[in-house]
Amino acid sequence: MIFGVVLAGGIGNRMGNVEKPKQFLTIGNKPILIHTLEKFYVNDKFEQIIVLCPAQWVEHTKNLIKKYLKDTERVVVITGGATRNDTIMNAITHIEEKYGIEDDTIIVTHDSVRPFLTHRIIEDNIKYALEYGACDTVIPATDTIVESQDHKVISNIPDRSKMYQGQTPQSFKVKKLKQFFNELTEEEKEILTDAAKIFVMKGEPVYLVAGEVFNIKITYPYDLRVAETLVKEER
Amino acid sequence: MLNAVYRLVAPRRFDVTFKDIDLCGDKIIVRPTHLSICHADQRYYQGARPAEILEQKLPMALIHEAIGEVVYDPTGEFKSGDSVVMIPNTPTQEDEVIAENYRRSSKFRASGFDGFMQDLVALDADRVVRLPQGIDKTIAAFTELVSVSVHALNRFDKIAHKRREVVGIWGDGNLGYITAVFFKAMFPDTKLYIFGADKEKLEDFTFADETYHVKKIPSDMKIDHAIECVGGEPSQMAINQIIDYINPEGTISLLGVSEYPVPINTRMVLEKGLRLYGSSRSGRADFEKTVAMYESNPEIIEYLSNLVGAVVEVDSIKDMTKAFEMDIQKSIGKTIMVWNK
Repeated sequence: MIFGVVLAGGIGNRMGNVEKPKQFLTIGNKPILIHTLEKFYVNDKFEQIIVLCPAQWVEHTKNLIKKYLKDTERVVVITGGATRNDTIMNAITHIEEKYGIEDDTIIVTHDSVRPFLTHRIIEDNIKYALEYGACDTVIPATDTIVESQDHKVISNIPDRSKMYQGQTPQSFKVKKLKQFFNELTEEEKEILTDAAKIFVMKGEPVYLVAGEVFNIKITYPYDLRVAETLVKEER
Repeated sequence: MLNAVYRLVAPRRFDVTFKDIDLCGDKIIVRPTHLSICHADQRYYQGARPAEILEQKLPMALIHEAIGEVVYDPTGEFKSGDSVVMIPNTPTQEDEVIAENYRRSSKFRASGFDGFMQDLVALDADRVVRLPQGIDKTIAAFTELVSVSVHALNRFDKIAHKRREVVGIWGDGNLGYITAVFFKAMFPDTKLYIFGADKEKLEDFTFADETYHVKKIPSDMKIDHAIECVGGEPSQMAINQIIDYINPEGTISLLGVSEYPVPINTRMVLEKGLRLYGSSRSGRADFEKTVAMYESNPEIIEYLSNLVGAVVEVDSIKDMTKAFEMDIQKSIGKTIMVWNK
């Protein structure tokens, strides 16, 4: 079985934040989250699409889904965790309780604020997660990446031709992901900002799926303006 | 849903834009898999249309010959993964008399609105026709072009008088070849002569009764009806040659597209009482008949396979340009884009 996991903000970082989270802002005539969700919704390979958001936004998210989607049976909204990986683990717990986990159970995890995701990227994620156990959507790095250990001087400049910028979706076989995550120490979990890294740390292959330059993450007001330009009707 | 649309923004330059697809309606959503490049696409790509036309139509996604797989069908008629051919002609009004492809109100993809170079294509439910299982997709990709021939031959059957001993097709290109293949299947008792300007191309018409180089037509040549598949500047010579060799009250079906007006020997049209009629594009019924003939006459698929030229895997905008540039180099055949974008 294949599940869509749409990450719409962990609760920890946003507590006390009075600003509306970016996924609820509108591009064109729909909230960003809905645009993103629609890409999963039209793909019937997904048994269920799980949207994870902060507790205080769960009802609002449910209402939006009811308003914009025809048939909401395949979409469920649950509360996220304190970190990205906790949030993914909440999704896994949900899948385990409702469906059970088989060897080939797959999750396609995606940032809700990347609405320019394409059907092709989703299809490639499903294909390569099934084949390799894990995959990550990336684009070749265009800027030179500079590393600094002390945040003052350059410690290393890696060869750009081997550098990629990570996007989402990131997709995994659930059984492996859960097992590897549970094997991590608390310190390891602390520094882990990326689910694909769990596989890398265990020496497991993570296949690269070609992303798109336009598969941007809407984080800053500047990104929102770029997104609006991309969807502006030219004629 | 924000859908990626790859538009030609200026001659030889593609760029991505996004258009919202409304999932609340009854539109079927199809993922294109195989796209075929047509002369009409090339005229936009190379900027060979008049400047005011380019100004009016671009930016626009090209390609009106394509097949794909159903992703989402709210009407329940198709399952996801079903292979379908997409119909570019899109009627906006009903008409009991005038066919959908001739109504001035109909829209046509990659001419009046975006063609099939998209991540996903949203179409009205009657704009897709199921393909036979196991069909070679590189051949099925240019079903639209085939349906134009089938449409023209249906019109021929309605318009041409009953004496059909010999019919001539002028033109040894893709359209001439496809029309000839289907003519033989639909009218097996009529002698079919092919008239062309390229000796090598003429040799491929092995199923025709005779082939003639247009510079070496016997002076006693007589045909009952003719189908012109030449187009462009040479169509003037072709049409006037047909007028010379055709029997009185014959019909001339015009299929070739020309950017400029074509002078015609109307004196002889009058004297012989000829009927010239145009055929262009096709509608749903033509697509259905085409697909049915793929199944009833399997030899057709074999003949059509000779037209599959370069097959280009398209993973990037650069690959789109590569496919169009390769297509310019070819002398005959169709360039197929395998759509991975």
